[in-house]
Amino acid sequence: MEILLSLLVGVLMSVSVWMLLSRNLVKFLFGLVLISNVANLIIFKVGGLTMGAPPLIVDGIAAEYANSLPQALVLTAIVIGFGLVSFTLVLALKAYQAIGTLNVDEMTLAEKRQDPDDSSEPS
Amino acid sequence: MNGLLIACLLIPMITAAVSFISTNSAKLRGATSIAGSGLLLMIAIILLYQVAIGGPVSNQMGGWQAPMGITLIADTLSAILIVVTAIVALSVNIYAIGDISEERIAGGFFTFLNMLIAGVMGAFLTGDLFNLYVWFEVMLISSFALLVLGGNKVQLDGAVKYVAINLISTVLLLTAIGLLYGLTGTLNMADLSMRVPQVENQALVAVVAVLFLIAFGIKAAVFPLYFWLPASYHTLPISVTAVFAALMTKVGIYALMRTFTLIFPGEHSAIDMTLLCLGVLTMILGVFGAMTHSDIRRILAFHVIGSIGFMLLGLGLGSALAMGAAIFYMVHGILIKALLFMIAGIIGKLGGSFELSRLGGLYQERPGFSILFLLAALSLIGIPPLSGFWAKLLIIEAGLHHDAPLIITSVILVSLLTFIPLIRIWSEAFWKPKPLDVELLSAEQSSDEPLDSKTPPSVATGTEVVAPSISLPNKYAWFPVIGLSIIVLLIGFFPGNLIKLSDSAAKSLMNPSTYLDTVLPNRPSVKANANEVQQ
Repeated sequence: MEILLSLLVGVLMSVSVWMLLSRNLVKFLFGLVLISNVANLIIFKVGGLTMGAPPLIVDGIAAEYANSLPQALVLTAIVIGFGLVSFTLVLALKAYQAIGTLNVDEMTLAEKRQDPDDSSEPS
Repeated sequence: MNGLLIACLLIPMITAAVSFISTNSAKLRGATSIAGSGLLLMIAIILLYQVAIGGPVSNQMGGWQAPMGITLIADTLSAILIVVTAIVALSVNIYAIGDISEERIAGGFFTFLNMLIAGVMGAFLTGDLFNLYVWFEVMLISSFALLVLGGNKVQLDGAVKYVAINLISTVLLLTAIGLLYGLTGTLNMADLSMRVPQVENQALVAVVAVLFLIAFGIKAAVFPLYFWLPASYHTLPISVTAVFAALMTKVGIYALMRTFTLIFPGEHSAIDMTLLCLGVLTMILGVFGAMTHSDIRRILAFHVIGSIGFMLLGLGLGSALAMGAAIFYMVHGILIKALLFMIAGIIGKLGGSFELSRLGGLYQERPGFSILFLLAALSLIGIPPLSGFWAKLLIIEAGLHHDAPLIITSVILVSLLTFIPLIRIWSEAFWKPKPLDVELLSAEQSSDEPLDSKTPPSVATGTEVVAPSISLPNKYAWFPVIGLSIIVLLIGFFPGNLIKLSDSAAKSLMNPSTYLDTVLPNRPSVKANANEVQQ
């Protein structure tokens, strides 16, 4: 199970890096969603998997129990990740409406204005 | 139990909520926010006093003892930075009243600003690695909101880049934290500091350390990862730029200092070497970047990057002396960056543009203000007896102790080069006569970039977009500028106390036994072993 999960992490990570390298903002965003889930899986995996046991200690019985901390961490990270992704989606939509493109190479408004002024600068 | 630590987090949060809920009036919201940050500053000063007298103060949240619960801890470094943060928060709050448009305030500007401050405070105070991640997120999401608030096209464009790179750094940070947890089974930084040396697979520890370096390096705008900063900072209203430039990157540096002294101390000579190289490169590229630009805000944004390099050098040299120098530089850097950006905002209002070619004659109009700018600029360059001089002197002294001629040479060289862009601002904006074709140029410019139809030009960005409307800066803008100038002058003339404080902060960073004792009062017998590794 741990091997399978590790392999899954590897595959998902490579896929998401490939998508993050895309010039298309939407593809980039999907890569971001994927890679933040990969990070969650990593936490889950390195926390150690315990099959078929609850994350509870029953009083007086020395039964097997799962480590609940990684689950709490992953839960926190999922919530935060969800907030960030939904913000970024809206930002992408607004950027598309305002700038008219999703190709990040063409999003040069913030930096282009500088160039003509620079070249005309006497110094 | 110490209520001050929690107060440092709660006050900005409550201010954020109250300023938004209680009133719709922009003036009242500003007043609430100023009152909140004033209170925060007082608490921060009391906290610094306590820590300076009695050593680190800690607080176990929810009553769970240290490795289990979340720890808040203020050692000298945190306490110094919290005071400086509170000073910047107060100044920016006052400055914002005159600078930020009504629509932005209606959109919750003061709420996000205060949440940002809460995030910064939390990052400085926490003693738990995962909690650090959460505070980074609080800071990040508030900064996103500030970035796009009232956004025009240019702002959105800058925001996309800023958001994208910061989210990647967040994922890296989370991965690094996860891996470290897998290796050690704990997230408490004090506990980690004892357990990391015991990990069998030290190669994996080094990998995790590098992941932390990259994640915090992106936040701190370190050499190969700084491109997002000059791409986004100049698109924002000056108040926002001032708080970003002063605080955001320094939180990254703080996190680097904390992790690389507490969790991955010594032994990693390769990482120290990397830090030094990155420091020199960041410094040099920062100053070269500043030279190539002619927009005041972009020049200053590159100086932010340059000053990050100086702090990295202090961290990379790795001795208590160098660390003290870095901490002193951090305090100086935070204050001077906030001050310079606020001054830039006033220049923009007075001159109607941030573009050097369109400015001029400010010295004739406003000699007093010009002297203020000159003081701030000379302090950044490092002319004695201003604060920047002491900061750079301390770093050079540390370099001498380490016998590192290359470091000293590059520090001096970069300081000299810093002179060029700043004196260019001086000669172009203040000294040369006002250009005659200002109105012609600005008319051309405003047709170049039509605004988002929904957002009419605001007072804040209006200075840049509708250039002909040269306006007087709001009277509120002067208080923080003059106040910060006085603080910077005081640090320059009486650096002794701050040097003493930052040295003691550095010593407790290098030998964290008091930090560990505060967090884990009944440390197990690994104590001797842990100390051995740390020295």
